[in-house]
Amino acid sequence: MKEFSGKVLFLDRSDINTDEIIPAKYLTEITKEALKPYLLEDLSLAGFNTKEDIKDKAVLVTRANFGCGSSREHAPWAFEVNGINVVIAESFARIFRQNMYNCGMFAIELPKDKIEYLFENFAGKETSIAIDIDKEKIIVTSSDQSEEIDFKVGEFDKTLVKEGGWVGYADKNY
Amino acid sequence: MGKTIAEKIFDAHRVNMPFPDTHVLKLDRVFCHEITTPIAITDLMARGMDRVFDPTKIKAVIDHVTPAKDSKTAEQGKILRDWAKRHGIKDFFDIGRNGVCHAIFPEKGFVRPGYTVIMGDSHTCTHGAFGAFAAGVGTTDLEVGIFKGVCAFHFPKTIKFVLNGTLKPGVYAKDLILFIIKKLTVNGATNMVIEFTGPVIDAMSMESRMTLCNMAIEAGGTCGICYPDMTTVEYLWEFIKDEFSTREDALKEYSKWISDADASYEKVYEYDVTNLEPMVTFGFKPDQVKTVNEMADTKIDQVYIGSCTNGRIEDLRIAASILKDKKISDDVRAIVSPATPDIYSMALKEGIIEIFQNAGFCVTNPTCGACLGMSNGVLANGESCASTTNRNFNGRMGKGGTVHLMSPATAAASAIVGKITNSQFYKA
Repeated sequence: MKEFSGKVLFLDRSDINTDEIIPAKYLTEITKEALKPYLLEDLSLAGFNTKEDIKDKAVLVTRANFGCGSSREHAPWAFEVNGINVVIAESFARIFRQNMYNCGMFAIELPKDKIEYLFENFAGKETSIAIDIDKEKIIVTSSDQSEEIDFKVGEFDKTLVKEGGWVGYADKNY
Repeated sequence: MGKTIAEKIFDAHRVNMPFPDTHVLKLDRVFCHEITTPIAITDLMARGMDRVFDPTKIKAVIDHVTPAKDSKTAEQGKILRDWAKRHGIKDFFDIGRNGVCHAIFPEKGFVRPGYTVIMGDSHTCTHGAFGAFAAGVGTTDLEVGIFKGVCAFHFPKTIKFVLNGTLKPGVYAKDLILFIIKKLTVNGATNMVIEFTGPVIDAMSMESRMTLCNMAIEAGGTCGICYPDMTTVEYLWEFIKDEFSTREDALKEYSKWISDADASYEKVYEYDVTNLEPMVTFGFKPDQVKTVNEMADTKIDQVYIGSCTNGRIEDLRIAASILKDKKISDDVRAIVSPATPDIYSMALKEGIIEIFQNAGFCVTNPTCGACLGMSNGVLANGESCASTTNRNFNGRMGKGGTVHLMSPATAAASAIVGKITNSQFYKA
């Protein structure tokens, strides 16, 4: 299983698409590692500093319809090679969400009010998140606050996370 | 309770349900291109599992960057080419015979009503035009599809559009789908199938239906679906004539893949689209749509006619009917990319290529390149493009560039004026 805890990157915008996560011109790479310098290179978000803001982060918290657009799995891979294995959002585009679980990564959906709460209380502070997969809890911690938030994960998705992705599972079962 | 076409296809292909709402389906087609497939191939090789489930059900094409533009894209092509050869994948379309995946695969008769189709490309939803369930997937789903012939899906709910009336002259499938995406918003159909039905769809060619289904993903949809009918049978006839004694027999068989009248829908939208105007996008999301008249006189630097949305013969014919005996504005450059070699040949024979060239268009080989800013028409910072493609994301056709999505007719008229222009002023 991958690592699912660490410092949080907050991206306060809906509809962040896979072209913004990893522009098409880098799709000519044939290793995942080669995508590392280009994560979120074309993100259109005021105040976002591509290099500085990604550094040392392990969890992304964002808004609605994250990962819309292209089916490129280069988007989850670009997060993975930068050490980000969890994205928490109000909602996801279907293919991106499935790609995350297929790679044994977490795409967690929280209701709008919970996402709003995270942004209001934790964005702008140094915040860490840990995921308890069995209890289905997100543990959010900043210097002055700690909270537990429940989340739901389907049995299939949980199995993919535990088994490290769809290829291994499919090989055993089909 | 009756069933939707998606439910019927799921029922006919379900291998099992390993978990609640997890449907593992048997695949009829796995389509591959050189951008998202090579990493699946190298991963299978690294795992010692370099196998394919059925070389006759896997089809592959080099289409995104072709001819190769550099060593990296040459390597991607080589990985796909070597793999196709190694596994006896006969339907591999290499340079000279290659076209845009969602144009060439239907043209070869690879998609049939009731099929399940996946590809590592979000616009795979195009193939739902044939009454198939066709979904874009990532490289991992593609990899499992290649070596096991299965894919897992959550059950998609269905949204139905009933489209009444008749489209006005100068208004096409592209205008209709932009109108629909505006209604649904960019995630209004997430995890859902969109059925397109009604007299407007019944009157449409397969090409127009593909344009419509192609952009289902821009509303978040898993697949766009049209019901198979005699238009579908006619399009497929040369490929299926040995399977059926008459077209009516084929239609009878394919009619299994039509939703029941009492099927259950997430939502049904009914519109009379008789007064629909030509539509165009603004901004950086495909649901940011206005009428062409509202956007008229917006200056453009480049015009692009092509792609899996609008690079088919019907599209080129419409654009050529507007460009005949005209010149493009001195202030724009224009590119047309027929989506397949057969379309290119037809356009040559019909004199369409000559019309484009006389108007001042650059005619390129079939490729996806410009649509996603990879090759053959990348924009410079601050430029804008009148484009028949499907995505207007920020920087999609080149960093700092803007894309206005529109029909081939609007693109052709806009090329003449150098500004976004309603094609009604340029009727042939």
